[in-house]
Amino acid sequence: MESSKIGHHISEQFNREIEDIRNKVLTMGGLVEQQITLATQAFSEGDIELAETVIKQDDQVNDLELEIDRECIEIIALRQPAAFDLRLLISVIKTITEIERVGDQAKRIAQMAIHLVDSENHNQYYELQHIVDMVSAMLHDALDAFARMNIHEVVSISKQVKNVNREYKSIVRQLITKMMEDPRKISRSLDLLWTARALERVGDHACNISEYVIYMVKGEDIRHLSTEELTQKVDL
Amino acid sequence: MSVKQTHTHAININPLENEQKNTLLENETTCLEVKNLDFFYGEKQALFNVNMKMPKKKVTAYIGPSGCGKSTLLRSINRMNDLVDNTKIDGQILLEGENIYDKSVNVADLRRRVGMVFQKPNPFPKSIYENVAYGLRIQGINDRRTLDETVEKSLKGAALWDEVKDRLNDNALGLSGGQQQRLVIARAIAIKPEVMLLDEPASALDPISTLKIEELINELKETYTIVIVTHNMQQAARVSDYTAFMYLGELIEFGQTNQLFTNPSKKQTEDYITGRYG
Repeated sequence: MESSKIGHHISEQFNREIEDIRNKVLTMGGLVEQQITLATQAFSEGDIELAETVIKQDDQVNDLELEIDRECIEIIALRQPAAFDLRLLISVIKTITEIERVGDQAKRIAQMAIHLVDSENHNQYYELQHIVDMVSAMLHDALDAFARMNIHEVVSISKQVKNVNREYKSIVRQLITKMMEDPRKISRSLDLLWTARALERVGDHACNISEYVIYMVKGEDIRHLSTEELTQKVDL
Repeated sequence: MSVKQTHTHAININPLENEQKNTLLENETTCLEVKNLDFFYGEKQALFNVNMKMPKKKVTAYIGPSGCGKSTLLRSINRMNDLVDNTKIDGQILLEGENIYDKSVNVADLRRRVGMVFQKPNPFPKSIYENVAYGLRIQGINDRRTLDETVEKSLKGAALWDEVKDRLNDNALGLSGGQQQRLVIARAIAIKPEVMLLDEPASALDPISTLKIEELINELKETYTIVIVTHNMQQAARVSDYTAFMYLGELIEFGQTNQLFTNPSKKQTEDYITGRYG
């Protein structure tokens, strides 16, 4: 329903420019989603080649960020967009910053994967499996909400942030216990800890993206609101 | 009445909806209030039950496509439409609480209180000085000192003084378009109006003169209540505090400018300001 807002400009060229920007954001989102999947896979399987692919992909993501930014600035300068168009462009500019940072986290995880390959066992995944599933789903939902301009997912994404934080804390506790039990595992545990931290950040970025979707669609700025306030605003 | 019923637009305007269209911020005082205004050019109805409050010492902009009634509405605020044959007006416009269409109102007095500037600058073929002094002279004021002071003050108020102070006796028609428009504004403020109506004041000017006029509007609102009609939406966004969007003779949406341009509540407004067809 909301996507009907995209087209229908008297200027066809403007329609195309906006559509082009949206497509690029979706491409960029798809890329980082893949990056996260591959990075965590490389991490669990100790696959150096895969990890290097992820690191290389980051350049592509960065290039897209620059390109989309430039196109948004051009539209703002040349077309003076208002109302939904303006909110769309502002949301895009902010969203791609978040997406790019997700890419950075993927790269970090990939680097950690390469680092950990030398350590004695490759089964590094089980502590993190749950958080990986959670943030992957959040990221997917947030990008989906952006693509469909669907604001109904946003509350659940925002609630998910708390679960991710809880999971992250529990991982930290586990790792601390391990480190105390066996000081030889400190180095590996720290790497795991940084990876968990990176994943937790991905969840935050996904949540931010979903907040910009609300701004784009409804013109409401819902950052820094409690869950109750948020539910109220979205229901309006 | 029979005319009105043939137009579907006039029917079923929800009073609650009108209430929402009317909202001023709490700290504003109302200077002008339009109440249930209908306007007819002969058989053709041009305004349909318009209700709106315009705040004192603020800029209110009317936007909308050609023929939506914004100039008609503007001109009814100082009864310029009285000069057009075969027109009819129903409803009220209150200036500081008094209905300007009341029989007791002296139209010349009203137009002294509500000044107007048009799209094309229309200076008189006289000197710069006499253009600004004109309003005072027809009021019978001929005291040289009063005239000198008023001319200087008005030209300064219209941000023109520095450019013309050495050639006050030159013909006003020798000024550039932008200067002429500011001269006309100086002429309007010389008689100390309460309200200034600006009908496309910058549409015939180059971008720099336009910016000067916009800057001037910003200064003038310290003293006057300003209502501006403009086709340039960015201009409305830049200069006004409140914006009214009109379409086919109806007031569709009225609200704070920043709100209306970032998150309009009506789809018609959204379509218009983002350049979409409805």
